[in-house]
Amino acid sequence: MTYFEFLNEHGITLLLGTVTTVKVLVCSMILYVIISMIFGLMRLSKNPLIQGTATVYIEFFRGTSLLVQLFWAYYVLPFFGISLEAFTAGVVALGLNFGAYGAEIVRAGILAVPKGQWEAAHSLNFTPAKRIKRIIIPQIFPIILPPAANLTVELLKATALVALVTVVDLTFEAKQINSITWLSAQCFGTALLIYYIMARFALVPFLRWLEVLAARKVGKEKA
Amino acid sequence: MEMGWRWDFTYEILPQMAIATLNTILAAGVGYAIALIVGLFFLLAQRTPSKIFNWVNREIVEFIRSTPLLIQLFFVYFVLPQFGITLSAWVCGMITIGLHFGTYMSEVYRGALEGVSKTQWEACRALNFSTIYTYRRIVLPQAFPIAIPGMGNYLVGIFKDTPLLSTIGVAELFHAATAVGGYNYRYLEPYTLVGIIFLTLSIPAAMWIRKLERDVNISQGKIKK
Repeated sequence: MTYFEFLNEHGITLLLGTVTTVKVLVCSMILYVIISMIFGLMRLSKNPLIQGTATVYIEFFRGTSLLVQLFWAYYVLPFFGISLEAFTAGVVALGLNFGAYGAEIVRAGILAVPKGQWEAAHSLNFTPAKRIKRIIIPQIFPIILPPAANLTVELLKATALVALVTVVDLTFEAKQINSITWLSAQCFGTALLIYYIMARFALVPFLRWLEVLAARKVGKEKA
Repeated sequence: MEMGWRWDFTYEILPQMAIATLNTILAAGVGYAIALIVGLFFLLAQRTPSKIFNWVNREIVEFIRSTPLLIQLFFVYFVLPQFGITLSAWVCGMITIGLHFGTYMSEVYRGALEGVSKTQWEACRALNFSTIYTYRRIVLPQAFPIAIPGMGNYLVGIFKDTPLLSTIGVAELFHAATAVGGYNYRYLEPYTLVGIIFLTLSIPAAMWIRKLERDVNISQGKIKK
């Protein structure tokens, strides 16, 4: 069987799997960005309770393996009467895990905003909420986007794990085709290529574009 | 089926989990050692004068870095036998982890070397030190503290990625938990134990790395006690 015959026969299946992978990626990306913002801010709170909650959350999700969290969400939560669909469990686990890493990036980004900006906002009598929303947050994007871009590529790679809790994504399809045809080089090779193309020619250019956009917004042109 | 946490079951499976934990630590240690060495090779390949060679090396690193470790594991495990190379799951897993994290490690090394100020090189040139002497006595001692956080993070990173090895049948902690869970049809205790074991190992490791980072910086005179 030549490679073209293989693609002819299984290409559609792999592409359908890719669509699911993209769905998982987009959903978990949205979730992780929201979580990182909330917990990144909570981490800087002066209230020890709020700060402690955020610290425990971050240390917990960064200290355990994503796969364990995924299996926990899918196989253990039903013990407590919470049955999540595989897709939901996957997205939630990915979002919570990457949210913990993202929160640290957000925290570092907020700390990197020059102190004078805080003081200026203070002296102009902005309310704390307005200070964060209008002065600080817009300035953190150029700082946090490069590390967040790395994290997002890691997220794309991590979406492969949801196949192990029976989400029918690209990895799942590749495994399935492998177990039927035993054309391992073709199906896993193709899957690797698709992931590579997604990361290199879609996700990374998109994130670079965001970086340029964010830099322009605060008046720092980026080459 | 009984709901809620069962302590008797927990005690029953604990010895099995403890043994499997040793396997996990072994896998992480060996994988890390390979990654450290592979990283050196990628670094050397980057620093050769040949442009084509550099480009090929960069593309390989980029490819390995932007594809999932899970599929790389499957690829190595299932494809090599097609070419007549049959390796055990352990060996496949170690090779894949070593290669995957070796690419990350080479970036850590590169960043550390570039973090040493260029004037240090110029000063050594002016003092007529040989290249080897410059590396050994001037550049590497300064690059090392810069590399420590990255190297430490990837040690913990590899440790947390070892559960992936269970998918090709390496008998590490997660594999044991799945086996025990499937046998008794109780996943609550095994998977929770895995989480707890990971936490109890990775948080002290992360703290130790932070302390090491500080100690090295103190010994370099960068920060005061």
